[in-house]
Amino acid sequence: MKSLSILAATLAFSTALGGAAFAQTNLTMWYHGAGSTVERDLINGIITDFNGSQTDWKVSLQEFPQAAYNDSVVAAAVAGNLPDIIDVDGPVMPNWAWAGYMQPLQLSEGALDGFLPGAIGKYNDQVYSVGLWDAAVAMYARKSTLEKFDIRVPTLEEPWTREEFDGILETLKASGEFDYPLNLGMADQGEWYPYAFAPFLWSFGGDLVDRTSYETAEGALNGDAAVEFGEWWQSLFTNNYVPGTSQDMASHETGFIDGDYALQWNGNWVAVKTLEALGDDVLFLPAPDFGNGPKIGGASWQFGVSSTSAHPDGASAFIEFALQPKYLAAFSDGIGLIPATAEAAALTKNYAPGGALESFYALSEKQAMLRPVTPGYVFEALEFRKALSDIANGADVVDALDAATDAINADIARNNNYAAAQ
Amino acid sequence: MAAVTSPNQRLKISLKYLLLILVALVFVFPIVFMVVSSFKPDLQLLRDTSSFAAFLPVGDISLDNYFAAFRRAPVGLFVFNSIFVTTLTVLGSLFLCSMAAFAFVFLEFRGKEIVLSIIIATLIVPFETIAVPMLMVVNSLPWIGGSGITWGWLNTYHVQIVPFLADALTIFLFVQFFRDLPKELIEAARLDGASWFQIYSMVIVPIAGPVFATAAILKFLAMYNQYLWPLMVTQSEQFRPVMVGLQYFFQLNTAWGEVMAYLSMITLPVLAFYLFLQRAFITSIASTGIKG
Repeated sequence: MKSLSILAATLAFSTALGGAAFAQTNLTMWYHGAGSTVERDLINGIITDFNGSQTDWKVSLQEFPQAAYNDSVVAAAVAGNLPDIIDVDGPVMPNWAWAGYMQPLQLSEGALDGFLPGAIGKYNDQVYSVGLWDAAVAMYARKSTLEKFDIRVPTLEEPWTREEFDGILETLKASGEFDYPLNLGMADQGEWYPYAFAPFLWSFGGDLVDRTSYETAEGALNGDAAVEFGEWWQSLFTNNYVPGTSQDMASHETGFIDGDYALQWNGNWVAVKTLEALGDDVLFLPAPDFGNGPKIGGASWQFGVSSTSAHPDGASAFIEFALQPKYLAAFSDGIGLIPATAEAAALTKNYAPGGALESFYALSEKQAMLRPVTPGYVFEALEFRKALSDIANGADVVDALDAATDAINADIARNNNYAAAQ
Repeated sequence: MAAVTSPNQRLKISLKYLLLILVALVFVFPIVFMVVSSFKPDLQLLRDTSSFAAFLPVGDISLDNYFAAFRRAPVGLFVFNSIFVTTLTVLGSLFLCSMAAFAFVFLEFRGKEIVLSIIIATLIVPFETIAVPMLMVVNSLPWIGGSGITWGWLNTYHVQIVPFLADALTIFLFVQFFRDLPKELIEAARLDGASWFQIYSMVIVPIAGPVFATAAILKFLAMYNQYLWPLMVTQSEQFRPVMVGLQYFFQLNTAWGEVMAYLSMITLPVLAFYLFLQRAFITSIASTGIKG
């Protein structure tokens, strides 16, 4: 009889356990990393750990290639077919939140303590997305080149000034040793332009839009500071300091390593490759200060919850689970980007104190500024890109910036100042 | 062929062939570059672009990019999906569009000129403008399959096939070809008591080989190169075609060697199909006066 009772109890217990396992609610997740086997393994690892760590939720992954991801999400939103969890490029998030594709995260108090500002996606004072990493841009240089031309190594505290930077470009140009003194990456004509070059504008004192209201670009993109930036920008091309918009991709990708360029303005995602080629001769230097402090762009890909998710609590639970330092560190080691917290950075190969890329963490922490946090950014970025290309190709600076300003203002007006769509 | 008699003629012919060879090289070089580059490591590939070495299999040559491409993406699945979708669409399209054209040319019914004009007018409507409405339509359509009636066509093969089974260009090609056929053929068949379908299948189709080949090639290329529509309707990797798959290779650091390997692999079916139908295609182009 006792055996029967034990058997019955065991059966009941196992049934309950099985029931709990079966009761896991499915959550779907979309991620932009299709084609990256490293990212696939990492994200699948987190999902496996999460699914095994609790009995309420079961996440399944669907990957998309990055270049096609945004279009896929927009198409799915049109079709009413969004998954529970999506990832989103930081500057695009306000647009998706405004368009009603996303809802605020439900994170525990203190879950984002210690996170780099660029890794937190806030819109209308609510957190919609959070990243496991951030990215940073630095001025790549060779120690040997700087020594040869007696160029000071700038620091975070004492970056190159505008005059100093212009003088350096002139010196390097005059040496005749390089095709161009600087590679800005003009061949990469996507989001790179606003991400990499808007910080120059910010440092001059301009912006893509007036951030006090986000309702006009007047004065921000065509004011005195912006025009001064535009003239400086154009001088880079008229002085042949940098290749123009027709720069070929091969030159952009290998030119600095091959010695065709003395300096390179590039992201930390090529740092490991450059280190492998140049060893400890390579330096990752802070952005020059054009008058309003040195700036770089912040915010990379982040996780969020779709507005149509029936289980935002489960989706948020997964995202919070993924924020553990070990996962942040694993992603950083895997894809080379900057872990979102100092605690995670200490666990990584490259960003730990004394690591080869430690300087990028400091750059992200000290110099990063978010691109305009507004649904209109998507349009503003396109106009800014066009204006930069036009100016680089000889357009009148004031006319080009005025045209971009007018177009942005018209877009803002057309969208009713991007009034909240809640 | 007339014999070449004078040195002047020989010079003219030599210059002509030289010019033709140069023009041919312009078209062949990109393909040579693609295939040759697919065997080179990224750094070498990029460096070679500044010299003629870009077109030569020199340096560190290996199949590594091909192996890496298969590791990065389910290449076989993408190629299968594309060929499957393209083949069914081409076959269906040839059948439906040729029958529609047959009706427009040989049958008499009220308003056929207006209907044909409306169909041809759709040629000027870019697909991008109707993509979103089409997405909303297919997402709310029923389908009867193995699991009974389901709603919404997303993430299926048929969502990539059915909307493209009939198109204005293919109908137009058939109409043009059929209009040039002698009416006596039809009249004779009618006198012999043949039905319209018999006339279509036993009289017209057998002599319409060139236009079928032309329509097949044009449709094949259009379908095989589809990007926007499959991107919108295939959220599951299981149904993605080759052009969406190409995006798998563009990461923050693009693996150019793998891109070239992938492109080389997905170009093979197109080349094979074109070579298979080449003679009929050229005959048809020559007879219809359509420029490619």
